[in-house]
Amino acid sequence: MTMITIMAILFLGGIAAWLSDRWHQDLPRWVSLLSCLLAGVVLTPMLFVQPEQMLLLDGVSSTWLEYVNYQWIPRFGIAFIFAMDGLGLLMVALTIFLGFVAVISSWDEITFRTGFFQFNLMWTLAGVVGVFISLDLFLFFFFWEIMLIPMYLLIAIWGHENKSYASMKFFLFTQASGMLLLVAILALVLANAEETGIYTFNYFMLLGHALDSDLAYLLMWGFFLAFVVKLPGFPFHPWLPDAHTQAPTAASVLLAGILLKTGAYGLIRFTVPLFPEAAVRIADFAMLLGVLGILYGALLAFAQADFKRLVAYSSVSHMGFVLLGIYAWTELSIQGAVMQMVAHGLSTAALFMIAGALQHRLHTRDMTAMGGLWQAMPRMGAITMFFIIASLGMPGLGNFVGEFLVLLGAFQVNKLMTIAATLGLVAGAVYALIAMQRVFQGEPGDLLNAKRQDLPDFGMKELLAMIPLMLGLLWLGVYPQPVFDLVDPVLASLYELTTNQTNWVGSDP
Amino acid sequence: MTSMYEFVFLVPLVPLLGFFILFCSLGNLPKQAVALVGVGSVAIAAMLVLFIGVEFLAQTNPIPVTATFYTWMNVAGFTPGVSFRIDGLSLTMMFVITGVGLLIHIYSALFMLDDADYSRFFSYMNLFVAAMLLLVLADNLLLLFVGWEGVGLCSYLLVGFWHHDAANGAAARKAFVVTRVGDTAMALGLFLLFLHLGTLDIQALMQQAKVTWQVGDATVTIACLLLLGGAVGKSAQLPLQTWLPDAMAGPTPVSALIHAATMVTAGVYLIARTHELFLLSPIALNTVAVIGAATLLMAAFTALTQHDIKRILAYSTISQIGYMFLALGVGAWSSGIFHLMTHAFFKALLFLGAGAVIFSLHHEHDIFKMGGLRKHLPIAFWSFIIGSAALAALPLTSGFYSKDAILLTAFDSAWHGQELWAAGLLGAFLTSIYSFRLVFIVFFGEVKTQPEAPAGWLMAVPLVILCGLALGGGLLTPPLQWVFPASAPVAHAGMVPMLTLGLPIAGLLIAGLLYLWPRADLSWLTSRGLGKSLFQFWFSHWAMDWLYDRLLVTPYKTIAAWNRKDIIDRIYNGIANVTWFLHDFSTQSQTGQLRTYAVIMVVGLVLVGVIALGVIQP
Repeated sequence: MTMITIMAILFLGGIAAWLSDRWHQDLPRWVSLLSCLLAGVVLTPMLFVQPEQMLLLDGVSSTWLEYVNYQWIPRFGIAFIFAMDGLGLLMVALTIFLGFVAVISSWDEITFRTGFFQFNLMWTLAGVVGVFISLDLFLFFFFWEIMLIPMYLLIAIWGHENKSYASMKFFLFTQASGMLLLVAILALVLANAEETGIYTFNYFMLLGHALDSDLAYLLMWGFFLAFVVKLPGFPFHPWLPDAHTQAPTAASVLLAGILLKTGAYGLIRFTVPLFPEAAVRIADFAMLLGVLGILYGALLAFAQADFKRLVAYSSVSHMGFVLLGIYAWTELSIQGAVMQMVAHGLSTAALFMIAGALQHRLHTRDMTAMGGLWQAMPRMGAITMFFIIASLGMPGLGNFVGEFLVLLGAFQVNKLMTIAATLGLVAGAVYALIAMQRVFQGEPGDLLNAKRQDLPDFGMKELLAMIPLMLGLLWLGVYPQPVFDLVDPVLASLYELTTNQTNWVGSDP
Repeated sequence: MTSMYEFVFLVPLVPLLGFFILFCSLGNLPKQAVALVGVGSVAIAAMLVLFIGVEFLAQTNPIPVTATFYTWMNVAGFTPGVSFRIDGLSLTMMFVITGVGLLIHIYSALFMLDDADYSRFFSYMNLFVAAMLLLVLADNLLLLFVGWEGVGLCSYLLVGFWHHDAANGAAARKAFVVTRVGDTAMALGLFLLFLHLGTLDIQALMQQAKVTWQVGDATVTIACLLLLGGAVGKSAQLPLQTWLPDAMAGPTPVSALIHAATMVTAGVYLIARTHELFLLSPIALNTVAVIGAATLLMAAFTALTQHDIKRILAYSTISQIGYMFLALGVGAWSSGIFHLMTHAFFKALLFLGAGAVIFSLHHEHDIFKMGGLRKHLPIAFWSFIIGSAALAALPLTSGFYSKDAILLTAFDSAWHGQELWAAGLLGAFLTSIYSFRLVFIVFFGEVKTQPEAPAGWLMAVPLVILCGLALGGGLLTPPLQWVFPASAPVAHAGMVPMLTLGLPIAGLLIAGLLYLWPRADLSWLTSRGLGKSLFQFWFSHWAMDWLYDRLLVTPYKTIAAWNRKDIIDRIYNGIANVTWFLHDFSTQSQTGQLRTYAVIMVVGLVLVGVIALGVIQP
């Protein structure tokens, strides 16, 4: 029941935050904060639960921490199937943690319609949690859409100078790809019904049914595109820089930290297991997209003058590693991809918070106007340096573990692409260090000279968000094993499931 | 009975702890406390190393020990552990790192005293020592890579320590990015080794490699060359040496510790550590030797032409590491590591001596603005005399023993031994010239800039100790006989040892002729024609920066600038624009005028009619 409680806390917390607006405009953020904390408290025991529920994924036994199944629309085989395994738990934990960070980052920034803002924030979180635990495809799609609309509103209402363009772009990209997903889901269900005579959206029942391979190939594209747009993979990324640049800090944190992860999660949970043979057919192509994303994102990040745009393009680069790791589909590379998802969530959330803090103080994101800020804000400089080096893949921090395992695994499958991807380590250093230089180092710019008096360094509130993020990355870098242990049974069963049926390139080195 | 080995994990951990204390204090500690933490943590590490070393060497036949602390990760059969290996090689490296490191930390406590960021400086230095110790202790290539990247990070942070000057930031980024190119090759090497051997634990890897591959196998050659890529990046060898001279932008103690004594020798250490792998690939070993020989000559020529005191020393570092590579390449493993050790002594001495000069001359770096300093700065003067003698490998200094052994072994090398020897010999001749050119210009002649009084005893004591080591360090024998295959130097008679001995002395004499009072005027040689071109070519270090700038940096920047607006985005915007166009077009058709509608309808009907007829008729 933990899962449902958490979603209820977030949905109701959102409504409560909205309503509390009437009494005092500072109240909503407290309500949100408490909701996140409460959700975190409810989730914590789950981290110590041993998986017991054994369910069959197309004949392969898989372990689940929680599983509920209530009928919803029995006529079409639609049900409330919520299930949580290690992967889902990890993602939900990340969601709640970053939700907490996002609320803190909105603390001083959002000054109008605070209630509605927190409502949208909470509902985005709830939608994302729903995505991570729904195993009925209809329900999954329902939450997939739920998380978009509040996010759209967050950008469209509280965004910066070009918010309507950015929010519309975000909406169109995700909506168009969502359409493909819906069509693919319906076609899958119908094809399955034709085969078996049963209408069902149940993930467990749809797995492993040998569809006609051409049809499966076609349907796979629907799932693939929807998730790759979300990731975002090259060349479906252009919505991301605009959305990030214009979004308020809290929305950027959620967008980079967890919304992108729903795409990667979808690929791991649905696209590959549902269509393993079709996935093999495009594996090389998908890996190529990953590699192009790594290099192209890094190149574009280097070219940007807007700090948020730079971080946004760096996300494209980092998520390229995830795509590469997933489609290399070796145990090493998938574990690496999951680790990269978590580590990127933490490091990028922090960088967006820093971008927000800079904009809050300087009223600009333009790095050409900055420079020398370390002198005025040494604490902020040191913390930014930490996340910058995390982001360029310094060993000892989480991102390195993710990237290294992805590359180590992918090398067993495709050497040439891995070599190209490894060049991303150099390109990553180039853009990350130039950002540090432009913002914090060098001669103080005019801006700093003009504003030196009113540039407060990071205070307690910001440290409250930053320190856990730093400790998290350090922990992932030094002792990542708990995360691997959490996800390992899931990935092992998915791996077995898919490689039983196919000759996945990476299955037999 | 408790063994000191159990405390080996404290060796990198104590400096790391020092880093954390200083980092978390956010610059709020008083300077005395900072120095206590910063210097104290390295001192504790040095003590621990001493105890471990005593216990290790007390055995008649020391047995290497591997201590595992935990399994870093365990994924699909990939189980790198956090485990340390204590053997003669890691012990030698630890002695150098903590010993020389401690002296440099003591020196820095005074040298950096006036700096506002005293605490930040020592936090980075401690982090560096921790990372470097991790690098040499790691029993696993992935863990080694952690230290490897960690020292690179500290190098970046310390080169750009005075970050308000944009030039320092550029030098720091260059150092990081250029070495990262090498690191990328090294990472690929790790992937390749893991793919074929299924482990990255160094000892298991070496055993497995000997079973898996024949000597001369193509795969092992590629793997070795990839590791070599990492090594040339970190150790500033051809073709990735361009970052080191610029890295002199950092504070001088940093140059002494990181860019002379320890970090830049990590590549040498890597090859020595994986020597069993390299022994399987003659091609890779020969490449190591050629890179060493070529680099040592190129850098020596460049050092002849420089006038920034630290850059001269930087090029001489590149050149001396070239000797170490040459040693590795010809299989003189122990001599290579021996030279690494003696080089750490005399080069740290030279840099700290240079620091003392720069300190007294208000940050003056140009040797032609110095002169006659021997009376005012006696300790620095004697440091330079002894350091340069060792650098030039004059007899009885530490550098003589190590360099002599390298050159003689090179001569015996089966593969182009005489050519390699000749290159090394020419390099030794040039080394002697540029070393004493520096000494004679800076310390002799007339006083050009009046120096301040020499700095206090905190800076003098490390110099004196290092003077002793640079002179007598040749008598210390690193305990390497159990690590490397024995390579007994063959006794030579006649010209070969004579030349090896004599050319450095000849170099000293030539430098004396040219630069001692009266100073010879060489401008006729360097101001026109071929002489000028050659001088400038050498001065620019063989135009390598220019080449890389044209070949890599500028194209990358150009493409990035050209595509700043993201061409992919424009494609989507194109789609959006087409949609808008169609929207406008169809909007315009709705004029609200009945006449227009009627005309369009008639035209449409006629068109449909014509088409219908066309379809029916034939």
